[in-house]
Amino acid sequence: MTGRGHGKVAPAIRVRDLHKSFGTLEVLRGIDLDIARGEVVCVIGPSGSGKSTLLRCVNLLEVPTSGRIYLGEVEVTAPDTDLDRVRTRVGMVFQQFNLFPHLDVERNLTVAQEVVLKRSHDEAVEVAVAMLRRVGLEDKRHEYPARLSGGQQQRVAIARALSMGPQAMLFDESTSALDPELVGEVLGVMRELAQEGMTMLVVTHEMHFARDVADRVIFMDGGVIVEEGPPADVFAAPREERTRRFLDRVLAR
Amino acid sequence: MTASQADVQQEPPPGGRRFRVSRSQATQWALYALSLAIVLAVAFLVDWERLQDRMFRWDLVRAQFPEVVTQAARNTLVFTAFGFTGGLALGLLVALMRLSTIRPYRWAATVYVDLIRGLPALLVLIFIAFGLPIALGIRIPGTYGRGAVALAIVASAYIAEVIRAGIEAVPRGQMEAARSLGMSRGQAMRRIVLPQAFRLIIPPMTNELVLLLKDTALISVIGVTEATKELTRFGRDGVNANANATPLVVAGLVYLALTIPMTRLAAYLERRAAASK
Repeated sequence: MTGRGHGKVAPAIRVRDLHKSFGTLEVLRGIDLDIARGEVVCVIGPSGSGKSTLLRCVNLLEVPTSGRIYLGEVEVTAPDTDLDRVRTRVGMVFQQFNLFPHLDVERNLTVAQEVVLKRSHDEAVEVAVAMLRRVGLEDKRHEYPARLSGGQQQRVAIARALSMGPQAMLFDESTSALDPELVGEVLGVMRELAQEGMTMLVVTHEMHFARDVADRVIFMDGGVIVEEGPPADVFAAPREERTRRFLDRVLAR
Repeated sequence: MTASQADVQQEPPPGGRRFRVSRSQATQWALYALSLAIVLAVAFLVDWERLQDRMFRWDLVRAQFPEVVTQAARNTLVFTAFGFTGGLALGLLVALMRLSTIRPYRWAATVYVDLIRGLPALLVLIFIAFGLPIALGIRIPGTYGRGAVALAIVASAYIAEVIRAGIEAVPRGQMEAARSLGMSRGQAMRRIVLPQAFRLIIPPMTNELVLLLKDTALISVIGVTEATKELTRFGRDGVNANANATPLVVAGLVYLALTIPMTRLAAYLERRAAASK
């Protein structure tokens, strides 16, 4: 909304010294990250590097072991934060889509608007239709998720997250569960979102997408940020040996 | 089949015999013969006339109607309906407590389920009907009330476990997706998880309903009035009055007329659920 200005306004997302352990396994070992409003940040790295956990910590699906996370001015890790309110301001798109199978597409988009944002049904439907149009699936509004292709389901999931009017969107390997021929349509929607100025934190294995769309690429390994920078730099001339090895492996395919 | 084929392949048929009777086929024939022998023995040894006179006397069969339906079966169904409704409500509560993030709730629910499921239903029934009034001065008014409450408590422990299994069978991502849209745990549970869980548990729930219907027979031991007699008590009273088993057989047939369609329905629902996966 405010364009891609990297001005003096508080960053959309701020992460400070974030640690997360599952039992004795330390998955995140001190993450610091600022994401400006309208910025698109792609997180790449080998599996098990903590990318998804970082994302899930940002909207507190995982509770951090220590560290602070801010959305705009609000510290979401503060004990008195109303998490449910905070979560409406960050949209999340999952690898497995996670559409509600017992509800039709329109209801998938309206239920949280009505229950959480207390919008009237008519208002919620209006928003839902607008968001479905945005992802090109307006004609599927009365279908059930099981009747849609994976790509269509993921586009509905994006529309569902958008219908809450989030200030930022998190994408957790949102094309990894898709058949190769369906990846393009989802990436297309994400590309449009980026162009419209949405703040996006994207965990992805799609290197082309990261190179073309990201303002910044972050390479994670072993629970820390190893390297970050503009995609042109990270992809063309990685400074770290680990980054180079990872890129050699994934780009060789 | 494969065994017989293997036999044929290993040893070619000796002499002029083209077909060998394989061992598995021979066993089958022997079993058929044995069954036939048992059936014939029973048919000859049983005194059919006497059996029918004691168990299925037509005039007594006719005498059971219409009360066996209008009174006994009706009461059985009333107890089942109250017991199941109460059991469902209580069971849902217990299931949610077992899955609660609040530890004492989990403990209380676990103790409750272990206790009720670990005791014979009959004992629970007797305790509620006779133990509670003596021990705590709590007396649930009316036979319907006592019976229904006791059955609801017994059923709730089993239903709670069915519901819990159903909730746990809904993928975790559903709760996460709902939470990520800003729903509270309760909202997500009610709007997203429970509707899916209940769809999954319709078949096992139908089985619970059948079990409960049969358990209404236990009420006959806690004392029922003339008006609240259910099928088992009705049959027993008939046996005592006539010194003949016919009333109990008739009651049994009415039970079957109720339970067999229900188990068939449950099996059908199970197949349909399996097919839609």
